[in-house]
Amino acid sequence: MHTKILVVDDEADVQPLFIQRFRREIKSGEFDFSFALSGEEALNFLHDHHSEVVLILSDINMPGMTGIELLARIRHDYEKPPPVVMMITAYGDDENRHQAQEKGANEFLTKPLDFNLLKEKLYSFIQHD
Amino acid sequence: MGIFSFLAIFIMVRRVQASFKFSPLRAKWMPQFTTVTWMSIGLYVLAQAILKEGIVLILGGGSLLAVILLAEKEPDFNPFNSVIKAHYPLAGVSLLSGIVLIIAHKFYNDYDQFFIYAILAAFVWTLARWATTKKERAELNFVTQQNQMLDKLVADRTAELTKQKDELQQTLDLLQTTQQQLIQSEKLASLGELTAGIAHEIQNPLNFVNNFSEVSMELIDEMEEELAKGDTEEANAIAADIKQNLGKIIHHGKRADAIVKGMLQHSRASSNTKEPTDINKLADEYLRLAYHGLRAKDKTFNAELVTNFGEGLPLINMVPQDIGRVLLNLFNNAFYAVHARQVEAGVEYKPVVTLSTHQKNGSIVISVADNGTGIPGEVKDKVMQPFFTTKPTGEGTGLGLSLSYDIVVKGHNGAIEVQSKEDEGSEFFVTLPII
Repeated sequence: MHTKILVVDDEADVQPLFIQRFRREIKSGEFDFSFALSGEEALNFLHDHHSEVVLILSDINMPGMTGIELLARIRHDYEKPPPVVMMITAYGDDENRHQAQEKGANEFLTKPLDFNLLKEKLYSFIQHD
Repeated sequence: MGIFSFLAIFIMVRRVQASFKFSPLRAKWMPQFTTVTWMSIGLYVLAQAILKEGIVLILGGGSLLAVILLAEKEPDFNPFNSVIKAHYPLAGVSLLSGIVLIIAHKFYNDYDQFFIYAILAAFVWTLARWATTKKERAELNFVTQQNQMLDKLVADRTAELTKQKDELQQTLDLLQTTQQQLIQSEKLASLGELTAGIAHEIQNPLNFVNNFSEVSMELIDEMEEELAKGDTEEANAIAADIKQNLGKIIHHGKRADAIVKGMLQHSRASSNTKEPTDINKLADEYLRLAYHGLRAKDKTFNAELVTNFGEGLPLINMVPQDIGRVLLNLFNNAFYAVHARQVEAGVEYKPVVTLSTHQKNGSIVISVADNGTGIPGEVKDKVMQPFFTTKPTGEGTGLGLSLSYDIVVKGHNGAIEVQSKEDEGSEFFVTLPII
């Protein structure tokens, strides 16, 4: 059974990076990645594919809608089943962490991403399910 | 009666001598004055004792005439010319009286009172002339003194003015130095604003460089495994991925490189070298730097960035770091304005900063618009003035827009204009000629 993960980041090269970092998992069908370049795009995607997406990884600092705002919208719009949302930020400051927790983020990660750690977290959330 | 001519000589010498009192002429003429004085006294005493009245008169008149003629020739006595001339009647009358007395003794005796009156009148005339000369000279002296006082006054004032001018020059030099320092510190201040943005901008490409390098190493391990298994097709596919990754590494390495170079350019005092520049690229770069710089300082801040880049714009000859500073300043102002309004208006308000470029009448127009607080009408004319700022003390130097104005107008023959409506927003237009 594959887990659909939505990655939201305004950096386009995040996409090939994730695809390569998780090439084994993608190949084996464990994970299925989708990408959005902005919070707005992510909401559109969720609107169409809400039931499929299990886990969302979102950058916080994006032009336009921020990751925190996206998180608030997700928590507001999609109560059942609540997707797992992990926030990523370059500014590993307490305020962002605090806001993310307050708005209901399941996890808070800082850039540069430790992909091994990220994998561990992903597996732990999937097993929770 | 001969005494009057000698007396006149005596008085003349004394008076002239007295008026030379404080002049170098006194020393020059002193021996002559003494000689003539004593000679006139001696001659009179001698003549009176041994000669007849008629001869004494002729001798007196002649001596006087001689003194007059000698004195008139000397330029040193020019100031006394008119009064010396006044002695002619006395000399003439004395000579005439003497001659008449000798050759027509009887006639003289019959009319001697007329001769005596004439001599007396001529003598009194010389005295009167001396008296008026004294008054004139006194007036002249007064005027001279006044002139000297005025000269001194003028000299004093001139010295004072020169001193003031020197002091002002020093102050001006000091101000110019301070201005240079302020410009430099304004540059450094904007560099400070940039630093956070730059750190963010560099961190992203560095993360990609690290990540793509790491993943490529893993891929090489996998490729070796596939080759060992003999699956060349899969190995080739992995090789293509590695190649793509290396391309990404190069791309992001260059991106970080360009950011560092831009940062160095920005902090450089001034290079003033104009080079053909892609305005869209430059403006976009500085928009990101300004935005991330502000975000790094205030994490709660957020704004929607809208860019409308004109397509096919020609390269513009400019000093890129200078125009970059202008744009950075405009972006920072725009963000400041929307942030200020966001604090007042709350959640309902959506801050938007719009960057647009387009070509118009041989120029390129860069517009930076915000929907922030706007500029009140009464300060709109002042925003380009040096040291004018609406920011709290310590937050703005008040030099940003005035330096921007100098860079655009003086440095690039361009124009910078502003349209603004309070509580609706502002739009700044930078126009740069294409040539």
